[in-house]
Amino acid sequence: MTNIPLGFGPLSRRQIFARSLALGITLEFAGTQVFADPLAAKRKLVVIICRGGQDGLSVSPPVGDSAYAALRGPIAIPGFGEPGGALKLDETFGLHPALAATHALAIKGEARIAPAIATPDRERSHFEAQDVLENGGTVAYGAASGWLNRALTAMNTRSGGATSGVKAISVAATAPLILRGPVETASWSPGGGPEPDHRLPGILQDLYANDPVLGPALATGLATQGMAKEASAMVQSELAAGPSEPDMMSGSSPPPQAPRQGAADARKLGMTLAAFMTVPDGKQVAAVSVENFDTHANQGSSQGQLATRLAYLDAFIDGLHTGLGPAWADTVVVTATEFGRTARVNGTRGTDHGTASTALVLGGALSRGGIIGDWPTLQPASLYEKRDTAPTLDMRGLFKGVLRDHLGVDRAALDTLVFPESARIAPLARITA
Amino acid sequence: MAYDKDLLGAIAVTRVGLGARGDEIAQASADPQGWLLAQIRPGGADLFRTDMPSVPERLAEYRQIQLARRQTQMSPGTATQAPAPDVVQEVRRLIRENAGQDILNRLQLAAATDAPFRERWALFWANHFTVSGVKGITANLIGPFEQEAIRPRVFGRFEDLLVASSSHPAMLLYLDQAQSIGPDSPAAARAGRNGRHVGLNENLAREILELHTVGVEAGYSQADVTEFARAMTGWSVGAEREGEDHEGRFVFRDNSHEPGDRVIMGRRYEDGGYDQARAVMRDLAASPHTAHHLAAKIARHFVADDPPPSLTARLAGAYMDSRGDLSVVARSLIRAPETWAAQAQKFKTPYEFMVSSWRAAGTSPGEIARVAPVMASMGMRTFAAPSPKGWPDDTASWAAPDGIIKRMAWSETFSTAAVGERDPVTLAQNALGARLSPLAAKTIARAETRAEGLSILLMSPEFQRR
Repeated sequence: MTNIPLGFGPLSRRQIFARSLALGITLEFAGTQVFADPLAAKRKLVVIICRGGQDGLSVSPPVGDSAYAALRGPIAIPGFGEPGGALKLDETFGLHPALAATHALAIKGEARIAPAIATPDRERSHFEAQDVLENGGTVAYGAASGWLNRALTAMNTRSGGATSGVKAISVAATAPLILRGPVETASWSPGGGPEPDHRLPGILQDLYANDPVLGPALATGLATQGMAKEASAMVQSELAAGPSEPDMMSGSSPPPQAPRQGAADARKLGMTLAAFMTVPDGKQVAAVSVENFDTHANQGSSQGQLATRLAYLDAFIDGLHTGLGPAWADTVVVTATEFGRTARVNGTRGTDHGTASTALVLGGALSRGGIIGDWPTLQPASLYEKRDTAPTLDMRGLFKGVLRDHLGVDRAALDTLVFPESARIAPLARITA
Repeated sequence: MAYDKDLLGAIAVTRVGLGARGDEIAQASADPQGWLLAQIRPGGADLFRTDMPSVPERLAEYRQIQLARRQTQMSPGTATQAPAPDVVQEVRRLIRENAGQDILNRLQLAAATDAPFRERWALFWANHFTVSGVKGITANLIGPFEQEAIRPRVFGRFEDLLVASSSHPAMLLYLDQAQSIGPDSPAAARAGRNGRHVGLNENLAREILELHTVGVEAGYSQADVTEFARAMTGWSVGAEREGEDHEGRFVFRDNSHEPGDRVIMGRRYEDGGYDQARAVMRDLAASPHTAHHLAAKIARHFVADDPPPSLTARLAGAYMDSRGDLSVVARSLIRAPETWAAQAQKFKTPYEFMVSSWRAAGTSPGEIARVAPVMASMGMRTFAAPSPKGWPDDTASWAAPDGIIKRMAWSETFSTAAVGERDPVTLAQNALGARLSPLAAKTIARAETRAEGLSILLMSPEFQRR
């Protein structure tokens, strides 16, 4: 490992991000927002996109629904109190046993589920549905920008013009659709920042002066390096007390199975995101991608493939919660996936592309309450197209509610700019306290 | 084509090829179209190496490790869920030795080939039929998949390419087809008697429709997907118990095949075992939707993120007129005026950027352990595309701030090691020919060191684009 360019050295902060690639988790940050209201300026939003079609019936198994166990067969999560059983939320729903930290938050009223939520897309294609989830419209490839970026535009406009300081950053080498758009987005990932005494960045800035793509990209990339150092230093000091770990990154592929190591890395990644959001002038809005939820075969039950992915998600949320500290009180976190999966187990102990799934809504800013949206039940007559959990809540309604009540985006902007032609989708009320 | 031969030569080499190596632009400038056309050959693309372990050998080795892992887990006193470390080490070693070597061989071919259009064309089709190493053993099968299923057929009929891809163990395992069993098949009945639940998996059927052939615009339904998945039942990978001739190879299992006729996109397909799905693939390959889907993707890859509709129409026409002959489509691309637009509109992916850098410097990657982390840091972990859709190749995906920072950092490290005693101005003229702008040329000439000059070349707007 010592000869690899870009300095993939033994520093643990770099390992965190290198491993995040292996884990299939990427962070994207958005928005340093200047609010007229000083309280609003502290509010934070994290959107976690669970890519691949996350199985809502495993995230929040409705073990109290009389049809659940039979539909799910070998992959059903056992009932409350049974070995490997669901962690109880109410008489119907639990959380997957791998979501222990999330469950602890739920007990405190800081995590809730929306168990039958969906995008407007009904095609069951990963790529179309992810596109709709991120572009905020009703059809795939309908917009080249993402709704989170347009929400920043709306906040920016409201708070008094383009100079109010809204900036966006993705901690990934590539740009996700949800953050693409008119607000210039930065991005950052570890390793390879230029040394301060090198001439090349300055030379290239001159060379890119008239390049509409490379010019702004380089300028933003360079500006982001400073903040990255600060955030990394914070995590470094928080982790200093923890045990050091062996360097796992080499070659081109992730370790095939290393669930515990993976969860530890995911937790650190959550802490790092928290650091980015709590440094002075830190980011208020972030998007995170967690991948590999496409469980067509052998998805497992309380343990197995999906449980491992959910454990990563749970560890990430735990790290975020821990790292945010007091700022957790001003935070809302939403998980969303492009679609759920079939209600019935398929022939290969997995599930195929479905429709509605579960969103987790977390944070200290959350209002207390039960499930978000209605539960359609899994009775045969209730299933969408006789195969999927039926959607009862449009995902845009949830996002609109959070953007309006938590971040102060006005209804007109939500209905037209952020989620075009969505006036009939009302913002979900009373999500935040 | 109104521009001079020097510019056309530079476009042929940098946009349609993989970037200039040595005096390639000068060679191509004599007859830019002819230089590209001469790279098309019926035998397909080059193989990167032929003496690597086969798919059955790789699967067998993996099975041995899995077996050892299960034994470890079942032995008393190891109640842990995690596999024993030596098993993890073994699987990592296997992936490093096979997949790592495959990637290196493939990069070395791209860095050195004197038929770079042929290689770009092969890389395009490998990405079109993406097998990603994100789960289990699949990383280890991508090299053989590309060499056995894709490369020999990239200048043949698309239908043959489709069938070869869809019946290769790597694809059958990656998209879960290998374990899909017809619910009313004898195999399902037998499993049921033994208390096991088996059935359909529609993953590959869906992606063949959506990604490989007609595309979502074709307007098929969920029922079409399920029907196609039923037709494909039986397409699988031979297991150990099926004997050495079959293990790790494509098999059609009649007893797993769902009996009955199928109706897919309005057409009826009589039950005919293997031939049923084969007939569906024939019709998919012949569909005008497929022609348009492929043509648009080729135009986007070679010319512009938002390519001229006339180019897409031209390529789709070539596809339909030739009944899906990809050599005819390739010739149509080369002869299309749209391909030769003066403005470079494509932003290089990290793979393209690094390959063109090696070619510009006349070097080749030597160690995969050095290269793989760099490419991953730029957002493109080789053989590990994020989904079956493969890697994007548009500007919006790759020209992100952090990507530029990473390219800049690698350019400095690379240039310091690679420049030697060579003059960066000459390297720039060779690398870009008539595409080199006066501003970049002047900036390179003013560099403090040779290495800095080469870094500026690699990071120049015209080198970052093609």
